Amino acid sequence: METLVEIRNVTKVYRRGRERIEVLHGIDLDIPRADFVALMGPSGSGKTTLLNLIGGLDTPTGGSITVGGRRIDQLSGGELAAWRAGHVGFVFQFYNLLPALSAQRNVELPLLLTDLSASERRRRARIALTLVGLEDRARHKPRELSGGQEQRVAIARAIVSDPTLLVCDEPTGDLDRATADEVLRLIQMLNREHGKTVVMVTHDPKAAEYARRRIHLDKGTMTAEPVSA
Amino acid sequence: MRYLPLLWASLFRKKARTILTLLSIVVAFALFGLLQAVQVAFESGADAADAKRLLTTARYSIIEPLPMSYGRRIEQVPGVVGVAYADWFGAKYQNESNAFPVFAVDPTRYLDMYPEFTIAPAHREAFARTRTGAVAGKRLADRFGWKVGQKLPISSEIHPKTDGSMSWEFDLVGTFDADDPAVRGNTDMVLINVAYFDEARQIGRGKTGWYIVRVADSAQARAISATIDGLFTNSPDETKTQPEKEFALGFAKQIGDIGALVTRILIAVFFTILILTGNTMAQSIRERIPELAILKTLGFSDGKVTALVLAEAVLLLILGGGIGMGAAVAAMPALNGSTGGRFPPLFVDADTWFLAAAIAALVALCIGLPPALRANRLKIVDALSGH
Repeated sequence: METLVEIRNVTKVYRRGRERIEVLHGIDLDIPRADFVALMGPSGSGKTTLLNLIGGLDTPTGGSITVGGRRIDQLSGGELAAWRAGHVGFVFQFYNLLPALSAQRNVELPLLLTDLSASERRRRARIALTLVGLEDRARHKPRELSGGQEQRVAIARAIVSDPTLLVCDEPTGDLDRATADEVLRLIQMLNREHGKTVVMVTHDPKAAEYARRRIHLDKGTMTAEPVSA
Repeated sequence: MRYLPLLWASLFRKKARTILTLLSIVVAFALFGLLQAVQVAFESGADAADAKRLLTTARYSIIEPLPMSYGRRIEQVPGVVGVAYADWFGAKYQNESNAFPVFAVDPTRYLDMYPEFTIAPAHREAFARTRTGAVAGKRLADRFGWKVGQKLPISSEIHPKTDGSMSWEFDLVGTFDADDPAVRGNTDMVLINVAYFDEARQIGRGKTGWYIVRVADSAQARAISATIDGLFTNSPDETKTQPEKEFALGFAKQIGDIGALVTRILIAVFFTILILTGNTMAQSIRERIPELAILKTLGFSDGKVTALVLAEAVLLLILGGGIGMGAAVAAMPALNGSTGGRFPPLFVDADTWFLAAAIAALVALCIGLPPALRANRLKIVDALSGH
């Protein structure tokens, strides 16, 4: 299967004053297109850092990251922003919707960066909301939605520009079990039926069961070979 | 336009705070519009001044009269193409509070000198022909309900008639007006025919208050002024000649330096607004750091996020400034009505609008730039992790 994400000898070092903290030590990882990978590990293991690097939110200190044949570790800030807009959808633990905007407007946000007309943006946002089962909540503000609904709006926002890669950071960390399962089934559906490549950070072994593969990190190192689900 | 809903929603995220901030901006700009209108009204004489007109007065005091014979000598100065004169009458109508300027003039010379005054040809002709004739500014005539053809009884505080009476009576033969609002402020007066006035007054015959001199080339105004004053050096009635604008500004400053007063008040107002809105804006952006980080996550570049924050400040100032200036304009008719015409008409001129736009842009830049730069420097990872 074609490799979408190719990570080679990636290191990440943070500096806090004089202190040098190496969070990732020489990570090598291939993620095939249409894969669903769960990144697991204890707190401080570096899984969110790795996820941020894959999603282009941060740049590695060393090594290379290639996504869809493009070396994203060599892109400038502006180029990386444009790349994220076109290729990556993000889902976070606390949803991170803009509270002043309706669900529809939140979903439309990534499309503001395209040349689409207002009516086309509205149409696509409506389709994305329908896909996550929230077409009847389009005009609601985030505070008028439940946690599960907010996360589904966030997922609709993540997929509205049809990205190749979905990057999810603890997407069910703030939800009860039943709602978490609903959200995970939705992410799984996007992977299986729409061919989205999903990289998900989670603490929750049950959540990780929805992934095709599980990768364990500990103290910035991959501790075991990826396990296929 | 595509970002307007986002900007609007961000701006009114906390409605009460934004509305209060907006109100303070509205009040500041309304005050600006009103005070500028007062300043413009005070300086309307200078604004309406013609660069080719000079004023010749007595050297040491404007209230000292000059001989009427000076007119012929001034006319002979090279570069002078017209001379008119006027004398202060000092009028009251009916009671003490109804005071307005009345000038004794040669009708034809005076109206030729001020082509910006619009007067019907029949009224002009009647004024020139009628020795007891008078014409009144239309606004003043409307204020007192005067009609052309009626007698105009007015008292002078300065000039008794030959019989010792201070009561005069003229025939109102016409009215005049002006198309330019700045000039219209100078039409609240009555012009009387000097022929009758000079003959009927007890004192000061053969003298006038000042001369108005038209020159062919405004570039020669100073040289011609010096020449005119040179004609009368060491005479009992020495003169001081200056461009009309300088004269008008000097006259306005005798009341008070309205411009400086208005400027100082407005500096205080806008400095307060700057501090207030700047603090509110900074607080608003501080609260929205995670939201700005999300925009960057979604692919909004640093420059775009910076521009959005700045645009929010601009939108706030456009709204507040626009409503404030609109309120000032809306208040003008009521204010003009309440003065009963005793004050030059207040209006918001184009320059005031341009100045308001420039101030709004400057304030927006001052309050928007610091948070915009902070948004520019924002690191997504740090902002999302709460650092």
